[in-house]
Amino acid sequence: MSVTGVREPAGLKVEGITKRFSGLTAVDKVSFEVEPGTIQALIGPNGAGKTTTFNMIAGALQPDEGDVKLDDRSLVGMRPDQICRAGVGRTFQIVRPFNELPVLENVAVGALVWTDDIDEARAYALEMLDLLGLADRREAFPGSITLPDRKCLEVARALATKPKLLLLDEVMAGLRPTETDRMVEIFRRRNRETGLTILLIEHVMRAVMALSSRVVVLNYGKVIAEGTPEEVTRDPDVLHCYLGAEEIG
Amino acid sequence: MPAEIYLNVAVSGLLTGLIYGLSALGLSVIFGVIRIVNFAHGEIMVGGMFVTLLLFRHLGIDPLAAVPVVAVALFSFGYFLQDLVVRRVAHLADHMQFLLMAAIAVVIVSLCLMIFGPDAQAAHVSYAYDSFEIGPLLVDKVRVYAGLAALVVSALLFAFFRYTDTGKAIRACGDNYMGALVVGLNVRRLYALTFGIGCACLGAAGAILVLLIDVHPYLGPSYTLLAFIIVIIGGLGSLPGALLGGLLIGVSEAMAGLFMQPSLKSAVSFGLLILVLLLRPQGLLGKAAR
Amino acid sequence: MMKRLLDGVSPRALVLLAAFAAALVAAPYVASPYVLSVLIISLYFAFVGQAWNLMIGFAGLLSLGHALFVGLGAYTSAVLFIQFSIEPWAGVCAAIAVSVLMGSVIGYLGFRFSIRGVYFALLTIAFAEFTGILVDHSGWLGGSSGLFLPVTHGNGNNVFMLRGSQSMFYYVILFLTGAALVLCRLLVSSKLGLYWLAIREDQEAAEASGVPLFRYKMIAVAISSGMTGIAGVWYAFYYNNLFPEATFSTAQSIELILGTVVGGVGTLFGPILGAFLLTPLGEVLTGLTESFDIDGIKTFFWGLCVIAIVLFRPGGIWPWLSGLLDLDGRRRRSQP
Repeated sequence: MSVTGVREPAGLKVEGITKRFSGLTAVDKVSFEVEPGTIQALIGPNGAGKTTTFNMIAGALQPDEGDVKLDDRSLVGMRPDQICRAGVGRTFQIVRPFNELPVLENVAVGALVWTDDIDEARAYALEMLDLLGLADRREAFPGSITLPDRKCLEVARALATKPKLLLLDEVMAGLRPTETDRMVEIFRRRNRETGLTILLIEHVMRAVMALSSRVVVLNYGKVIAEGTPEEVTRDPDVLHCYLGAEEIG
Repeated sequence: MPAEIYLNVAVSGLLTGLIYGLSALGLSVIFGVIRIVNFAHGEIMVGGMFVTLLLFRHLGIDPLAAVPVVAVALFSFGYFLQDLVVRRVAHLADHMQFLLMAAIAVVIVSLCLMIFGPDAQAAHVSYAYDSFEIGPLLVDKVRVYAGLAALVVSALLFAFFRYTDTGKAIRACGDNYMGALVVGLNVRRLYALTFGIGCACLGAAGAILVLLIDVHPYLGPSYTLLAFIIVIIGGLGSLPGALLGGLLIGVSEAMAGLFMQPSLKSAVSFGLLILVLLLRPQGLLGKAAR
Repeated sequence: MMKRLLDGVSPRALVLLAAFAAALVAAPYVASPYVLSVLIISLYFAFVGQAWNLMIGFAGLLSLGHALFVGLGAYTSAVLFIQFSIEPWAGVCAAIAVSVLMGSVIGYLGFRFSIRGVYFALLTIAFAEFTGILVDHSGWLGGSSGLFLPVTHGNGNNVFMLRGSQSMFYYVILFLTGAALVLCRLLVSSKLGLYWLAIREDQEAAEASGVPLFRYKMIAVAISSGMTGIAGVWYAFYYNNLFPEATFSTAQSIELILGTVVGGVGTLFGPILGAFLLTPLGEVLTGLTESFDIDGIKTFFWGLCVIAIVLFRPGGIWPWLSGLLDLDGRRRRSQP
């Protein structure tokens, strides 16, 4: 089976985005860059503003200030479906499958972004399910598969949109170490074979260390550290705010 | 037209509006807490009206005196309706809840038809044609008593929700279902109480209305729609909003009656409803979140 | 196209459907005029029910004012016929245009102002009642005394003029219902249908997966209202008199949707099953209770039946029935 879904790797530039919610500044002039074809992690304690940042990149929220650029194309002001069309795929922190649709149809919805032919969409969906190891459960309904499988489903659906940039929101949460390793391997391979740029929010340090070439740390809505995983996990500011993180390594 | 007429019409509208407001309170309480839209609203009120008529005809009880009796009767009806029937559709889709309430409405209307027949009937109290004269104001006594009665019942309702433990518990359920469960409130019983209270309001409003209008089984739908308009304008879930909306609609309908044919009056109300839904769906006093 | 139509449908279901269709086609030859009229009404509700089903089952919008589109279609084609002698086969185009326009306005307003759930339902009620009152006060539309279409008898059957025997009207509405079924089936198994189901299941997840919400919701609204407008044209020429009170009222809107809700919202056969269940049920109850000669007794039992259905089969009768008869094979509710 050919490796389809190869698109030009894309870079992400987040420039000074800010989001306020009635007096609370959830995200405060956050800026960072993700080089095309790399995997980067966004970490920080709960409530640091990571998902809000994701929502602003994906269009679910509009930033009050600042800009988000995918390969020099500004995404601010675009609707989520337009941003998806532009090449951004995302998963949700709490999985949101289409419960009354079988697994295959769930993923096919994603593929319909780039084709009008439902058969072609289903065929590509099957390829994505294969990638995530779900092909044998394609007729099942989301309610009857395990949580790790539902997470895989969510990823498959996002991948079906042929994204240039994949946003993963705590995809490893609740997975056992073997499952985490499997997911890590899938992402690594996808990134290696297609140049897919990945930005992931994660608490599971095992995955962060294994996957990312760069890490951005948020706390109270601000960027407090940036660098390679090794640099960041030794940074005293990061250690100070991130007490309670998993054992590293 | 002389200014007196405007004044009289406005006051008359205000008094009627108080009754509308009381009936809308019933709708608002049920929706605000249980989140069920009571499409049988008007029909339940009509049921209460017929009970009032019965009491008047056979026991000579004045409608105003019947208010507590009818309120209690409809409270029990509402309590058991919620606990035995409506509760089972709470988790279902909107259209299913709607269908259930619509079917209940049909059953109530049918019962009224079967027992009382299709013709309009009225309760003629001895003071039906008396009026108060205060300066330029000339108001029917029945309308004044009716308005005052509605005001008293509404005040009692407000007091209940503000000052009693049960009232506060009910408000808690409406605010945060999960939270209420977690702190150990008996939500099922409180919901039944709430529905009962909502129907009690309808009973009271219906009994009071018997003083003013003729009763027939087909009154229901127009009062249901009227209550919706009032509650949307005042703000779903806001009790003061329901009263305010009632007053507004009462006055605007009365004033509209001066300038246009009666049948067009409802067009004005529907037009208002469309505007409010589009421009300010939370109504005048409602919470913005839906 | 045949593959798309039949893909995934179990042989059992196909056989049953074919038998049902055959029975319906043969009906005018064997049934009495009374039975035929009951079938006609059932088909009418099956057709409108399918149209309404599109809006709620796929765009997730509850319309309690669908009688508006029946009325618009009916009055548009009737007025064109009476005033300008425009025959119904041409008039139906105008009827569809008017219905789609009105539906789009309501849908757009609902979307633009983020009105959902019960608020949207109330909006549809308000529009329907408001239009009804307007028509009631419009003399040129007949007002409250009604609009009457000229009927000429004994000229044989003319489908394009919608003039003819009871059987002709029967076959027209049978054709419309069948065509609607085919259309819905084709739509559901297309990109459009899948997007609709996604929107129904989880709007935000759908949007994040590239589904343009507004466009697809509006398509559902347009098709739903347009189809209902066609029903209005048939209605006008079958009954030959239109009264605003009856045509636009909320009671009418409720009657239109009962079959679908009872049969199963969002399913393909739900509307048809529901219509063919409730209409004859109503007639049976009338027959049973006539002898008592009490006002309201029929509606009393009818209401109890509906309550029972809601309480015991809240997903609708079709899903239960198809499960019972094993009609859906391995597939489930999102396909027939």
